[in-house]
Amino acid sequence: MKRPSPFALLWYQARYEWRIFWRTPISAFFTIFFPLLIYVVFSAVFGNEDIDYLGITTAQFYAPSLAVFSAVSATYTNISITTAYQRDEGILKRVRGTPLPAWIFLGGKILASIVIALIGTVIMLGVGAAFFGLQFYAETLAILVVVFFVGVAAFAALGLLVAAVAPSGQAATAIANATLLPLAFVSGVFIIPGEDPPAWLEAVSDFFPLSHFVEPFRAAFTPAEMRPDIHWTDLAYLALWGVVALALAIRWFRWEPATGGGGRRSRRRTESAAS
Amino acid sequence: MAVVSVENLTKSYGDVQAVSGVDFTIEEGEVFALLGPNGAGKTTIVEILEGYRGRTGGEVAVLGFDPSENQRSFKERIGIVLQESSVERELSVREVIDTYGRVYPKRLGTQHLIGIVGLDEKADARVKTLSGGQKRRLEVALGIVGDPDLIFLDEPTTGFDPSARRQAWDVIRNLTELGKTILLTTHYMDEAQNLADRVAVIDHGLIVAEGTPDTLGGRATARTEVRFALATHSPDSLPVAPAAIDGAAVEYHTDDPTTLLHTLTGWAVEQGTVLQGLTVTRPSLEDIYLELTDGEAS
Repeated sequence: MKRPSPFALLWYQARYEWRIFWRTPISAFFTIFFPLLIYVVFSAVFGNEDIDYLGITTAQFYAPSLAVFSAVSATYTNISITTAYQRDEGILKRVRGTPLPAWIFLGGKILASIVIALIGTVIMLGVGAAFFGLQFYAETLAILVVVFFVGVAAFAALGLLVAAVAPSGQAATAIANATLLPLAFVSGVFIIPGEDPPAWLEAVSDFFPLSHFVEPFRAAFTPAEMRPDIHWTDLAYLALWGVVALALAIRWFRWEPATGGGGRRSRRRTESAAS
Repeated sequence: MAVVSVENLTKSYGDVQAVSGVDFTIEEGEVFALLGPNGAGKTTIVEILEGYRGRTGGEVAVLGFDPSENQRSFKERIGIVLQESSVERELSVREVIDTYGRVYPKRLGTQHLIGIVGLDEKADARVKTLSGGQKRRLEVALGIVGDPDLIFLDEPTTGFDPSARRQAWDVIRNLTELGKTILLTTHYMDEAQNLADRVAVIDHGLIVAEGTPDTLGGRATARTEVRFALATHSPDSLPVAPAAIDGAAVEYHTDDPTTLLHTLTGWAVEQGTVLQGLTVTRPSLEDIYLELTDGEAS
């Protein structure tokens, strides 16, 4: 009797999540094509003008912003919703009854969603480069990769946290969308921030992790003379969000639906009360 | 050594006592059924043995493990078919069995397993296209894919139509031929009778009777009823006084049907008469069950 290696298991688990993702067209649509659609529409509506104080064009602003949005959808939104629905359906309970270690099950999820995020990001940037004159800067490519992985890891952890606290798949969908969309507006993903935003807006944007992902990522597409310093503090802050979210997700994670065991219990309670 | 041993197991949720002191053991190769009405505590007991729930009190050993420790080597040796659970809808039967099979150190081949549960024609179909009975059989396949020593089947046929139940029973019988130990819960009398070597009847968190399906509740020695009607003679002329007389119809209750029937039939032949509509009945397992569980059977 030989146990399968953890790496092989992690790979198979990622492949399993990957298959389910692509066979659920709605998730593929919102993760990959929806941000792309926004990019094309925004570029058409706003034209490709220079944003003077940022020193870049509209397309140069939106391609990295929406690439981040796509990456966050693939990790945060995707993980929180699918995991919570898997719990509703009893799939997590089934997995818990097998020898598959929990970290490999959840690790496979994270791995698959990061690969999906990578695909979404590459498509967005590729379309930007091919049709909207998106410029890359060789000296920032390495930092771009680092920012990407820190960002998606943090948002994958946040997705697990939402899955852990949401009572149901529907609730997880509501929480994920109700947090990501407003935050995307506040954090300057959809709207080019004004030169002098109100203080409260800036405070909200600074507190939550999204701006700390999108700003350093976008900075890598800004010409050197206009580029702010590489935001190591952004990355550290983002990583902190990720670590705290992961710790809380592990602490609060449930493998069984709240209504499943509890429902049976309350049914039993009613029965014994009746008899 | 017993595969499962349970001593004075208790489980309470708040002030509700779901399991109130249960003892039983299951030997290797045995099919053991926990039989009882819904809400009797069957699933709670099974989920404690599977490692899903902690216990409030008592001793539990499953394959030598304490299931509440949730060890990987424990999970490698058991197979679980849950009562309420589902399978990834977007994967095919083959993909699901492959996915779950990979996590075990020893495993049954996917194709072989598909044959055991009779899903050959659906092997490459998406799970969402399967019927209820086919899904349940797939779940049985997932329960045994790791070639477990002990299989938990929690209400394996609830909600099945009669033909689907027969098919499921055939699958379960195949498992017993492989020498597997099985713990089955059910609220169907005939299921316990058809599949189990031993049955424990459970009600309100307590075992109220335990034995083989034939001896349960003292069934082997319970009184037999003999009924017939007299064609020509008066009941007064019978060699043994009946327990009840209703016109020409008479009824006896006896612990020794052999002697009674010999006496009665000998008398009838001698008298040149017949015992019309002669019937000999033992109480059915269902009667016993209803008696034991206060008629709560569904």
